[in-house]
Amino acid sequence: MGLENKLNKDGFFTSKIDALIQWSRTNSLWPMPMGISCCAIEMMAAAAARFDIARFGSEVFRFSPRQSDIMIVAGTVTYKMSKVVRKIYDQMPDPKWVIAMGACTSSGGMYRTYSVVQGIDQFLPVDLYVAGCPPRPENLLNALIKIQEKIKKGEKAASKKI
Amino acid sequence: MHNTVFEKLQNDDPEIRKTKILEALESEDLSVSFDDALENEMVLNMGPQHPATHGVLRLLVSLDGETIRKVVPDLGYLHRGYEKLAEATSFHEFIPHTDRLDYLQPIANNVAYTIAVEKLIHLEVPERGKYIRTICSELGRIQSHLIAYGTMVMDIGALTPFLWAMREREKILDIYDILTGVRFTTSYTRIGGVAQDITDEAIAGIKKFIDEFPKYLKEMRDIIERNKIFIVRTEGIGYISKEDLIDYGITGPILRAGGVNRDLRKDDPYLVYDKLDFDVPVYNDSDCLARYYVRIEEMIQSIRILHQCLEKMPSGAYNANNPKKVLPKKERVYTKMEELIQDFMIINFGVNPPVGESYSAVESSKGELGFYIKSDGKGNPFRLKIHSPSFCNLQILPLLMKNCMISDVVVIIGSVDPVMGEADK
Amino acid sequence: MNQKRLELIKSRLTDFEIEFSDINGTPAIITNPENIIIICSILKSEPDISFEMLLDVMGVDNFKKENRFEVVCSLYSLEFRDRIFIKISLDTKNPEMPSLTAIWKGANWFERETYDMLGIKFKGHPDLRRIYMPEEYEHYPLRKDFPLLGIPESLQLPKK
Repeated sequence: MGLENKLNKDGFFTSKIDALIQWSRTNSLWPMPMGISCCAIEMMAAAAARFDIARFGSEVFRFSPRQSDIMIVAGTVTYKMSKVVRKIYDQMPDPKWVIAMGACTSSGGMYRTYSVVQGIDQFLPVDLYVAGCPPRPENLLNALIKIQEKIKKGEKAASKKI
Repeated sequence: MHNTVFEKLQNDDPEIRKTKILEALESEDLSVSFDDALENEMVLNMGPQHPATHGVLRLLVSLDGETIRKVVPDLGYLHRGYEKLAEATSFHEFIPHTDRLDYLQPIANNVAYTIAVEKLIHLEVPERGKYIRTICSELGRIQSHLIAYGTMVMDIGALTPFLWAMREREKILDIYDILTGVRFTTSYTRIGGVAQDITDEAIAGIKKFIDEFPKYLKEMRDIIERNKIFIVRTEGIGYISKEDLIDYGITGPILRAGGVNRDLRKDDPYLVYDKLDFDVPVYNDSDCLARYYVRIEEMIQSIRILHQCLEKMPSGAYNANNPKKVLPKKERVYTKMEELIQDFMIINFGVNPPVGESYSAVESSKGELGFYIKSDGKGNPFRLKIHSPSFCNLQILPLLMKNCMISDVVVIIGSVDPVMGEADK
Repeated sequence: MNQKRLELIKSRLTDFEIEFSDINGTPAIITNPENIIIICSILKSEPDISFEMLLDVMGVDNFKKENRFEVVCSLYSLEFRDRIFIKISLDTKNPEMPSLTAIWKGANWFERETYDMLGIKFKGHPDLRRIYMPEEYEHYPLRKDFPLLGIPESLQLPKK
């Protein structure tokens, strides 16, 4: 690696602090698993042995919002639940990102009924929508990679845009 | 309280201030009575976002120290309005919705629902179709019990068995991938049969799975059942008497762990269960450990059933021969006029059952899963009531948890194994 | 259920105004809310009938002028391994029936669910609250005159 050679020779290296912070944020996105229904099972599968989300630095599922960077909303959000989701989102420290996992979360999906919120973007700023009902774990990993790319490029999170 | 103390201290003269401080220390304003804090009951809110509540169950726990005095469950955080939705969809359209009821075993729910509709329209499925459905329900049972095992043990603190259980579950999902084309929400059954025939590749996959699974299950049992921590945390915890179980209408593994031998597969055989040889595990202890053992032994019995199904499965038609009710094959729809018309009629106007009502129940992995359908002769149900086992089983949580410790809550929820998609409907 | 057992049940319930029908082969008792408590306690406690389990209480909105609502109770006998249904038709304006919680404790949540979804009241219920919808919700979703998409603005979302 180039970096190691440089470190061996000079003992230091120079970089922009922004680049360093972005690099460290990219590779340690701790998710807050907001598992509500079916998608939560696929999220569990993504964390378990075969798909192994640890490869992307996100294996630290924190059930405490204060320790997490990215909220994965997995499952149908009802009106009764929406207040809880919002409350937990508000407790997360900045910068924070939101993945809307699955059709129900993104748009209400197949539940066009009286009790289901037709898309969580009505009350949350969403960074990424994942298609599928439920999405395969590969698709969730893809979403995570996309978020990482966003952070690498230095794009603002959706929570900062409004 | 503090204001009065500060008022007393507001004086510039140091001598007077000193005496005032002494007075203030002796006065009752500063003394905190610790006895009251111990006597007061504390109310703890658990959920709806909690890793151990299996979804969005919310519990209000009233505590005396660490002992639980009272529990009030709060449901409805996943109420998606299935029963209302069913009235607006045709009988076929509702099949994908059944996947998401008990999302730990989607395929078994498909089977349960279509059996109920077929009972309403008096349709008999050919033998091969019944065998395929039996295979599906039993795979679903193993799939669901694996999650129940994994999460219950994870809540106690053992992470490895969870990873092992998920590994085995992935193998079942791979079989679904071949059998139905989807790994999770399968929507596999159709009214009058199944969507497509079981292929040799799928049969080979199931054979491989049932040959290997007992070995891995033994591994999973060995790591847990000799573990002192696991035994201490489950034995005698969450006890409920047999009379209460019956009075509350509890079904499934919880009832069988309480010493009541009730399994609809034996009592009221549907599909081909009357031709198969299997046992119903019954335990008398009625605690978390007994429920764990019932689930593990049911998995072993399911493997037995799967072996017999693969042996006995006849060849032949897998869909009923009734063009007015059963969807034709897709390749014929695209090439033949007759089938195209039938497909159009069934999709647009539905299966049009006779006026009347029917109730049909199957033994799902959580208990009796029943569908009550009332029809007014149109293509969509007039009323569809889902009798979901998780909803009934949750009702006994306050009884199970009474006088337990706060740390037992997660174990008891794990042993009840509720699925909120089904409980909230 | 065999014919002999059905005859036995019929002979025990001769004092009441009831009819017998069936739901796809399973016998069903059709009755009115007045005698329901006595009928249910007979069905439960007589040792040779013994329907110990109440599996479900299902509400139906028939959407007609008279006797619009109907409650279907599903009973199960562990001893004889068979089922029976009880159908109770209720008034249109004021759907109300006695609670079965005194006979089966399990009726508690089933009745709460029926109340929440259809607005059928159960007299003598210990804790008749909504179970799925928020407590301040005013409508009954499973009634036929309630639209599938709900009443706009009846449920609030948190602010963005």
